[in-house]
Amino acid sequence: MTPVQHLAFLETGMHRTASEAGFSAPEVDYAAVSPMLVIFGAALLAVLVEAFVPRRFRYAVQVPLTLLSLAGAFGAVVWYSTTGDHLQTAGSMVSDPTGGGVSTLEGAVVIDSVSLFLQGTLLLLAFLSVLIMSERNLDSGGSFTPAASAVPGSPGEEQALRAGFCQSEIYPLLLFTVGGMLLFPAAADLLTMFIALEVLSLPLYLMCGLARRRRLLSQEASLKYFLLGAFSSAFFLYGAALLYGYAGTVRLSGIATAITVPTTDAQLGRDWLMLTGIALVAVGLLFKIGAAPFHSWTPDVYQGAPTPVTGFMAAATKVAAFGALLRVLYVAFSGARWDWEPALWGVAILTMVVGSVIAIVQTDVKRMLAYSSIAHAGFLLTGLLAVDVSGLRSVLFYLVAYGFTTIGAFALVTLVRDSGEEGQIGGEATHLSQWAGLGRRSPLLAATFTLFLLSFAGIPLTSGFSGKFAVFAAAVSHGAWVLALIGVLASLVAAFFYVRVIVLMYFSEPTSGGTAVVAPGAATVFAVVVAAAVTVVLGVAPSLLLDLTRDAVFLP
Amino acid sequence: MNPYVPILVLTALGAAFAVLSVAGSFLIGPRRHNRAKLDAYECGIEPTPHAVGGGRFPVKYYLVAMLFIVFDIESVFLMPYAVAFGKLGLFALVEMVLFMVTVFVAYAYMWRRGGLDWD
Repeated sequence: MTPVQHLAFLETGMHRTASEAGFSAPEVDYAAVSPMLVIFGAALLAVLVEAFVPRRFRYAVQVPLTLLSLAGAFGAVVWYSTTGDHLQTAGSMVSDPTGGGVSTLEGAVVIDSVSLFLQGTLLLLAFLSVLIMSERNLDSGGSFTPAASAVPGSPGEEQALRAGFCQSEIYPLLLFTVGGMLLFPAAADLLTMFIALEVLSLPLYLMCGLARRRRLLSQEASLKYFLLGAFSSAFFLYGAALLYGYAGTVRLSGIATAITVPTTDAQLGRDWLMLTGIALVAVGLLFKIGAAPFHSWTPDVYQGAPTPVTGFMAAATKVAAFGALLRVLYVAFSGARWDWEPALWGVAILTMVVGSVIAIVQTDVKRMLAYSSIAHAGFLLTGLLAVDVSGLRSVLFYLVAYGFTTIGAFALVTLVRDSGEEGQIGGEATHLSQWAGLGRRSPLLAATFTLFLLSFAGIPLTSGFSGKFAVFAAAVSHGAWVLALIGVLASLVAAFFYVRVIVLMYFSEPTSGGTAVVAPGAATVFAVVVAAAVTVVLGVAPSLLLDLTRDAVFLP
Repeated sequence: MNPYVPILVLTALGAAFAVLSVAGSFLIGPRRHNRAKLDAYECGIEPTPHAVGGGRFPVKYYLVAMLFIVFDIESVFLMPYAVAFGKLGLFALVEMVLFMVTVFVAYAYMWRRGGLDWD
């Protein structure tokens, strides 16, 4: 078909639908999307609170509002997945039409067992993050800057600090980003997915720039994340456009059909269009999960962002983005798996090696955890590459295990401070040398951090071991033993730098420069205790969670 | 008829309008020059001749631009809705009201936090 014919074809096609069908209101399953409605409604309410509630009451209103809405949305997820029979059938294929679940909003959103599992996980992780963000015992006025737009070190900033201003915009921003994250893995077409990607990313860019201390570093993180994130969004969008050109639809199930059984002129012999589209969409998503070679933003952003935000970002963004990547690869692109698998093998190997090896030379604890998160993205990709139900379920398990441990670890990083003059609390002491001898000064913190590091390293009886075992077992059972072998070797390398920190905390003399461990408030203590408890429980009794993932399957 | 013809006609009309407007005001408009009129047109900002200090401009313009986007997006969605209003029925009415409430939340935030105060 020439372009002109094609245009005429589209014209008549559009004309026909408009006159014959008219307008019918889309089917909305309000119960299925209720968690998202709760979160977005609460986010709007939180903006109104910012607008109309007097400054001194805002914090006291925002924190309960945010926590209640997250808890309410989690309740809605649990209620929806336990009542009714939407999810009762267990499919045997990874993307199974009989797998149960609901396709709603004219097929733009699919609420199946995977969506619900990831949404529940995200809401719990966000709840713990809000507890840590609301901490006010460490810095008077919280961990966020009172004047984000002021030039660092300027008189304006000084004034805002002295006046004791504090911003509570972080809570509505967090709610918006959580809303986007809930939608991201549930999106059933590429356009909805792109919108969810933007809704989750834009508030995150802002949140990265809100650190109270080291303002320049924080603003740099924010700008870098924004520019590179916008770049990756463009990749995703271009890929979506090419796939639309190939399949004639942005719906994931439609793309799957077009790839498996190409029929029209646009599809036959146009594999290059489809493959380029897949590659570009995958690049956009791999950027978000921080896989090499699209990882370069991770260390800078993780280091510069306020530590409570880093913890939230490292855990929740990875959960949401892996959910979307799983859905796109398993539902839409599974027909072309022999084409994209080799490329993703390369990405997975590179990610594991880069994350583990470069982490060895890091001297900043936040940068080290950033490279560790890159390595974990590689392990997760290993599980994903099994491309079947065992791969899907192992990745879901790993995401929960990794998410809780990460939030706990970053929460502890906020407690280790420079001891400022006159008993004031200084900024975070993130240089590893400042952590020397912490085991003697603050045994409880060192012990908990050790637990989290051991879990990252994948030592038995921690959740990290169960997760790694699950993903490597899934890879081996599908013949990807080379990947699993490289994964185990990378884990060994990674274990070296985790253990090095433990040795530093317990067997080194404390440095003379003052490092103080600050006593946190009840909220942070609670969050850390929950994270530690999940880390231990999933290590000792992984079946508790594995049972929940047992029936996980995509509804195409 | 070739479906590209209307596009070509529209392009020609647009180009003719632009040329005629500029040429017309050049030929028949009065010419009373002063300093402000000879400045480069910068949508109301004082043009900075030298980019000293990075060529700064007041941050208020950013706020106005953001507010413009709020209403711009609103009208982008209101226009097609208004055109098809008769066919869309109650569901679309409720959705549009919800959408406008959402947009006005952003507006209320800007208004309450002093985004509209120029000084």
